[in-house]
Amino acid sequence: MTTLNEFVEQHGTVPEWPYPIRYEQDTEISADVLIIGGGVAGSHAAISAAREGAKVVIAETGHVKRSGSGGTGVDHWHGACMNPCSKVTPLDYTLAVMESAHGYSNGIARYVTCSEGWETLLECEEMGVQIRDVRDEFKGADFRDDETKLMFGYDYRNRHILRIWGYNLKQCLYYEMKRLRVGMYNRTVITSLLTQAGEQGRRVVGATGVNMRTGEFYIFKAKATIIASGGGGRLFSFAPEMTAAGAMSTMNSAGTGHAIGWNAGAEFVQMEQTAPGRLSGFGYAPYSMGNTSNTYHGTSIIDANGKEVPWFDPFGRELKSVEDRFLPSEGQRFQLGIGIGLQVYADQYKWNDLPRDLPERVRRGEFQLPLYADLTRLSEMERRCIFGMMIGNEGKTRIPIYDTLTKAGFDPDKDLLQAPVMLPEGYQHSNFWGGTPIPHLRGLAGGGFLVDWDLRTSLEGLYAAGTSPVFGAGCHGESHTMGRYAARHAAAYAKDAAEPTIDRNQVNAEKKLAYKHVKQSKRGIGWKELNAAIARVMQDYCGKYKNELTLRRGLSLLDELKENEAANAYAANPHELGRTLECLSLITVGQMIMQASLQRKCSSVYLDFYRLDYPQLDPPEWEKHFPIRQENGEIRVRELPLDFHLRPPYASDYQENYSRHAHRLETRGAQLS
Amino acid sequence: MSDKIYMMPNPPTPNIGLRFDPSACNGCNLCVDVCPTDVMMPHPEKRKPPIVLYPEECWFCGVCVEECNHGALRLIHPAGQNISVNWKRKDTGEYFRLGMNNPPPPNLRPPSGGRH
Repeated sequence: MTTLNEFVEQHGTVPEWPYPIRYEQDTEISADVLIIGGGVAGSHAAISAAREGAKVVIAETGHVKRSGSGGTGVDHWHGACMNPCSKVTPLDYTLAVMESAHGYSNGIARYVTCSEGWETLLECEEMGVQIRDVRDEFKGADFRDDETKLMFGYDYRNRHILRIWGYNLKQCLYYEMKRLRVGMYNRTVITSLLTQAGEQGRRVVGATGVNMRTGEFYIFKAKATIIASGGGGRLFSFAPEMTAAGAMSTMNSAGTGHAIGWNAGAEFVQMEQTAPGRLSGFGYAPYSMGNTSNTYHGTSIIDANGKEVPWFDPFGRELKSVEDRFLPSEGQRFQLGIGIGLQVYADQYKWNDLPRDLPERVRRGEFQLPLYADLTRLSEMERRCIFGMMIGNEGKTRIPIYDTLTKAGFDPDKDLLQAPVMLPEGYQHSNFWGGTPIPHLRGLAGGGFLVDWDLRTSLEGLYAAGTSPVFGAGCHGESHTMGRYAARHAAAYAKDAAEPTIDRNQVNAEKKLAYKHVKQSKRGIGWKELNAAIARVMQDYCGKYKNELTLRRGLSLLDELKENEAANAYAANPHELGRTLECLSLITVGQMIMQASLQRKCSSVYLDFYRLDYPQLDPPEWEKHFPIRQENGEIRVRELPLDFHLRPPYASDYQENYSRHAHRLETRGAQLS
Repeated sequence: MSDKIYMMPNPPTPNIGLRFDPSACNGCNLCVDVCPTDVMMPHPEKRKPPIVLYPEECWFCGVCVEECNHGALRLIHPAGQNISVNWKRKDTGEYFRLGMNNPPPPNLRPPSGGRH
């Protein structure tokens, strides 16, 4: 008996809320460093700050032990350029990413990740994550180094991407946080950042939040704060009955970090960049269907008659053997992998793939549906590595895919895993389980806090880490590495920073806003209906094609939602209250995207940004950032070169900036002596 | 079970994403605690399996299943996803799917790695 219906039928009554209700009761928490968001970035930040000697607290919407987009596992680690087998330097990798993105990415985050991502992974190994083939299961494989027992992905020659057994990685971080006595506040929805004197643009001194089980009010007071929250997965696409199971981010993805940063007056860039929500959850259970992307990269795809779909290099040359799928081709120094926050790849760094015209070939009958993934055409080692090592350790695969499919009898040694049967356009991307693209369902794709070489935001006392809050960032390993790096700076700042003072008026105003929803008439709509309305406005007024009028209209409709439907929304318990407060964040993030979109009066292939009233594509005079922020509630915009991170006050090369800013123990030792 | 018929909302979608074995579950609520989206609530009576109150918020990540020391719960994909997962045995051409009647024998090979 586990459904509510069963309970009611048996007991003739609805159960009471199981947790004590503490609406409006304050709990005050003081720390040196407050971390908002307990995914892998926030958790690694907490560990790093605690090791620096700071008193750390972490606030998380779920439970820190397994929450966050990376919380259920990871099977490969990009940008491990410093691992002993890598033939790619941090500079090579960073330049490849920046060139692919045409400058619309984050050189700081990329360079930091490549420089110390490997070291970060070694830290994970010390905490109990298996990063080497210690049991010699893959001895002799062409993707393994027999001396270090490291295993490689995508590009077996250059060896900068590592395959790892990360299904328990989040638990390892959790136990290390416990050991270091990090204060963990689970089930906490953050509602605002607190600032000096309650003024926009001043030093950040803490945050407010509401517990989703008890409804109690948290007032966090901190010398330094790190935003490490998730993206806005519920912003454009909201139909959880259909999509929650198929999405790659949880319902907790409400863009809270972006929203509270914006309200505090921080600067953001690239917020106008959104991307089609291919993984919005309208597809299939992640990794459950035949495909040959990401974790399944290199898998043979055959049609219903057993005819194999050929592979091509990025220049359109057909590959001769299965082994070639994992090697760079002539004209390429090395290949980048998928899933690093890039929407566009330059051909000289792109991976090998199925033919780009596969949809057309399917349409004209060259391949008969359904297609299948045929793992038996790979070597025994490769097959076992893809289904058994990677499927089994990647997020959402240990129980939902490996355990479920094998118990149901699936055997990769004998069986062909069917690809979705869908519109031919669906086969454009070899990650077939994402389903046919739905053009109006988009998602945040690169927009975030403008950060400096310390990963500090434009506000004193506020840092950012993780692929969602930091602009132009990309992958799982990057989240860990940025968390670790930002926390060194936050902890150093906290050491010398003045004691923060909380503005009581600001706290009281936040509190009043938060509890309105549990007090008012039950005639208001609920959070789900509200969320769906927000998504409707985003789909209609801020889709792939925009103009000045639709954006302005969208902004006022979001305002109306805020003043009317959201203001009157009713929450029956602390869970609904938390979800309702997240909707307020979603409205703010929607407004940020529309405001940023109004500033860019051109279209851009690289940002997947199309203004119907300014159709010119990537005119040189518009190839720059437009940092945007609020000051006394007014929008302020400025211009910033795309390579601002290599211009004064910074040095002109990556290595020099990194050595000046990395704030590593050994250089600090040198400074002392 | 009472014979009374109640006015209830439609069953949620999905409705049975998590299925508990009441004889194996001791009501420890570790699964409730670790769920990223808090979809389960402790049962009002001690030692009883939790109530899945918000199944539509379930991410189907399976950490509740991993957390359980008693093997007391299973993850069952929504029917629309179960029906989609099909495979064909290469030698015999037989078709199988997730959630079918009379499934083939399980593949007992554990995943790679040292900890399971």
